[in-house]
Amino acid sequence: MAVDRTTLLTMYRDMWTIRLFEDAMAAAYLEGKQPVFNIAAGPVPGEMHLAAGQEPVAVGVCAHLRREDAVAGTHRPHHFAIAKGMDLRRMAAEIFGKVTGLGRGKGGHMHLFDPETHFGCGGIVGAGIPHAVGAALAFKKQGRDNVAVAFFGDGAANQGAFHEGLNLAALWKLPVIFVVEDNAWAISVPKAKSTAIASNADRAAAYGIPGVYVGENDALAVYEAAGEAVARARRGEGPTLLEVKTDRYYGHFQGDPEVYRPKDEVPRLKANDPIDRLGRRILETGAGTQADLDAAREEARAKVDDAFRFARESPYPSPEEALMHVFAE
Amino acid sequence: MAVETRRLTMGKAIAEAIAQEMERDPRVFVMGEDVGVYGGIFGATQGLYEKFGPERVMDTPISETGFIGAALGAALEGMRPIAELMFVDFFGVAMDQIYNHIAKIHYMSGGGFKVPVVIMTAIGGGYSDAAQHSQCLYGLFAHVPGLKIVVPSNAYDAKGLMIQAIRDDNPVMYFFHKGLMGLGWMTPQPSAMSEVPEEPYTIPFGKADVKRPGRDVTVVSVAMGVHRAMEAAEVLARDGIEVEVLDLRTLVPLDRDAIVESVKRTHRLLVVDEDYLSYGMSGEVAATVAERALDYLDAPVRRIAVPDVPIPYSRPLEQFVLPSADKIVAAVREMLGE
Repeated sequence: MAVDRTTLLTMYRDMWTIRLFEDAMAAAYLEGKQPVFNIAAGPVPGEMHLAAGQEPVAVGVCAHLRREDAVAGTHRPHHFAIAKGMDLRRMAAEIFGKVTGLGRGKGGHMHLFDPETHFGCGGIVGAGIPHAVGAALAFKKQGRDNVAVAFFGDGAANQGAFHEGLNLAALWKLPVIFVVEDNAWAISVPKAKSTAIASNADRAAAYGIPGVYVGENDALAVYEAAGEAVARARRGEGPTLLEVKTDRYYGHFQGDPEVYRPKDEVPRLKANDPIDRLGRRILETGAGTQADLDAAREEARAKVDDAFRFARESPYPSPEEALMHVFAE
Repeated sequence: MAVETRRLTMGKAIAEAIAQEMERDPRVFVMGEDVGVYGGIFGATQGLYEKFGPERVMDTPISETGFIGAALGAALEGMRPIAELMFVDFFGVAMDQIYNHIAKIHYMSGGGFKVPVVIMTAIGGGYSDAAQHSQCLYGLFAHVPGLKIVVPSNAYDAKGLMIQAIRDDNPVMYFFHKGLMGLGWMTPQPSAMSEVPEEPYTIPFGKADVKRPGRDVTVVSVAMGVHRAMEAAEVLARDGIEVEVLDLRTLVPLDRDAIVESVKRTHRLLVVDEDYLSYGMSGEVAATVAERALDYLDAPVRRIAVPDVPIPYSRPLEQFVLPSADKIVAAVREMLGE
């Protein structure tokens, strides 16, 4: 699949935005949590699941999406949200619990909801799969050529919601792309100990839909596989199941002692950094110069800095706001 | 000129409400198990498939997590789905979608997303269907913030409350008691049939209905309990005891004012509930009176509910645990010191 220069550089920039956002979040998260780690302390309390290393899945798929296409993310949602084009300021502010956040500070990092970018996610593994199916059902009923994407982990593929969602989407021929992020770990349990087959893409056969395994943490490989899946969905030919082998650089959550993971695993994964890989491709193919790459990276840095500044400077909601928004008026 | 009146069963009234809203609003559609050609196991969707076809009245696989979750996803993209959970007892296989997602997304999005989903479901026992097909459980859902809870007792209310539910921008759980639906294969409850206007109308949530005014004891209930209370009131009236029967109609929002006002007049409260006794509707109503009208009580609050046991199968066992007119009569007499 030919990829134009703008798409390549946009993907490269978005990967940097994700990486820099996650690294900045890792640092902000530690504020107030040292020397004694207390999950409730600091400007960013609560759980924190970061997606550094998993950028290719998000940008490779979302490069094919329009604003009106729906995305259901996971408990580790930042990379999807950024790739889908979410307002970075409102996203960061939500994670800092500020009133300027997407959910006015009521959702937090695992619960980013944005009608603007048709984005939702949540803290329950596998639960977003039926939501994407429902969004696709709406699109079909409305006669729109929009598509819905459900992102979820390899651990979620063992949930009932996965089976039910794929069956419904296949049965009703809905425009959904199911994307499994295989980062090898379901918290501490490796895929080999949780999943009866090596590739979840093979499970597509059970629903009579195409299943594609992308075995490399490579944005262009994802872009190519997703392009066919999205096009197929827009043509009204039904869902596709993709599984992408990807790498989780941080722990399952920040503060995870990672006693289950070999000490040399992360350095080994980082040697195959997907951002560098895309950068090299851009240079090799002549799609862009080093100056273009540097500019994209700087643009990403400026955007992340701005978002964090906005989040830190924004006010908290008034405590009484806790009582609002249970019901729509 | 004589005015033509129509009496409908609750099942027909619900189906008519849905049909009229589907005609009015192309965003409304129905999905669930056997809601199509069959018309719903309990008749709540009778005639809809013939009228609107399979695109808008969708039979689903036995897949509650899938289609209830899909109802949410469709609502977020501008549809107004009605999903039928065949028996409320089946909530266990789909509860995550209901209480973690449907109930919470409006709140967690800071009001950004609206979730206009109606989940309708069958409740109630009395016909020996045992512990996995006879529960009410509305108290369990009323406990979770973000869900409106509707429990009609008769055809007129059922239609108005269903139209209100479909037009509401929030998730609504609509519980219909099987014994009130007018099914040919169940013991009839003729008092659940009522005159139902043909034209669409709404009944606002949070407005209890005084089914019978009285000065001696307030009996608060919903669904089948309202009919049991009315039967008991008839019996007691022969002895000059005047029971006020209050039909809550919705548990969320709850018409606490109506409960308090009634108890301030009668000075006695009996709550009748086909749900389990502990931590449920009867406790909530009693707490409301304890908080706002304790000084008005002339007798301790009484509760008649399923005594914290699973619903048993055998007829004498089941009848022993369900509320009945006899139990209400006896309790009222005791409360009056008779």
